[in-house]
Amino acid sequence: MTSRTRPLSPHLQIYRLPLLAIMSITHRATGVALALGTLLLAYWLGAAAYGPKAYATAAAVIGSPIGLLLLFGWTVALYYHLCNGIRHLVWDIGRGFEIPAAYASGRLVLVATVVLTVVTWAIGLSI
Amino acid sequence: MTLRAPIGRVRGLGSAKNGVGHYWAQRLTAVALVPLLIWFVLSVVSHVGASYESIHAWLASPCTAALLVALIIAAFHHAQLGVQVVIEDYVSTESTKLVSIIAVKFAAVILGVFCVVAVLRTAVVGG
Repeated sequence: MTSRTRPLSPHLQIYRLPLLAIMSITHRATGVALALGTLLLAYWLGAAAYGPKAYATAAAVIGSPIGLLLLFGWTVALYYHLCNGIRHLVWDIGRGFEIPAAYASGRLVLVATVVLTVVTWAIGLSI
Repeated sequence: MTLRAPIGRVRGLGSAKNGVGHYWAQRLTAVALVPLLIWFVLSVVSHVGASYESIHAWLASPCTAALLVALIIAAFHHAQLGVQVVIEDYVSTESTKLVSIIAVKFAAVILGVFCVVAVLRTAVVGG
């Protein structure tokens, strides 16, 4: 019996995902994280509406180590999803589909995410 | 065995006739969110550690309130459209899928309305 060399579907535990695939699933993951992160926005806006006491509590919660960690994750997810979302919009108008271009824009998104996060937190922590 | 003609099966199982609407709304809200989020992050960073009074004054400005309400509507609409696609992709049981999507949509409406009410209350009622 001759065995035919058919293409195999990637076995996710063995197959090393290429950068573009990792960035694709990360876009989705950050999107879901940001959807959950709207709870933080609702908490902050709600606290401001409830008055000075509630706002002071919210400021303390968000300013606590866990709060700051959540906020940091929120910023990373936001910047990644924002930058990669712009990349998707460029793809939507039919540009940048060539593989080298997709890698170049992908690396640009990663660099932009890191730079924007670092700059935001450097400014935020220095004020 | 089915007695339905191929065209009948296509009509029954094919386009739900609102796929383009979903796609377009996702993109339009994405485009709107790019400038709104840049404005929002810059504003929040410039208010790090600010007193309740100065946050309140910022939220109470009509320009801030208008932009925030626009941001909230675009963000929650974008988020629920995105999470809907994630659920449709990963949940194959029809009943679970339907219940999850409805739950996500209801949650997005409630949270979004809460955020808008919070902004308007802060803008209209004195601190």
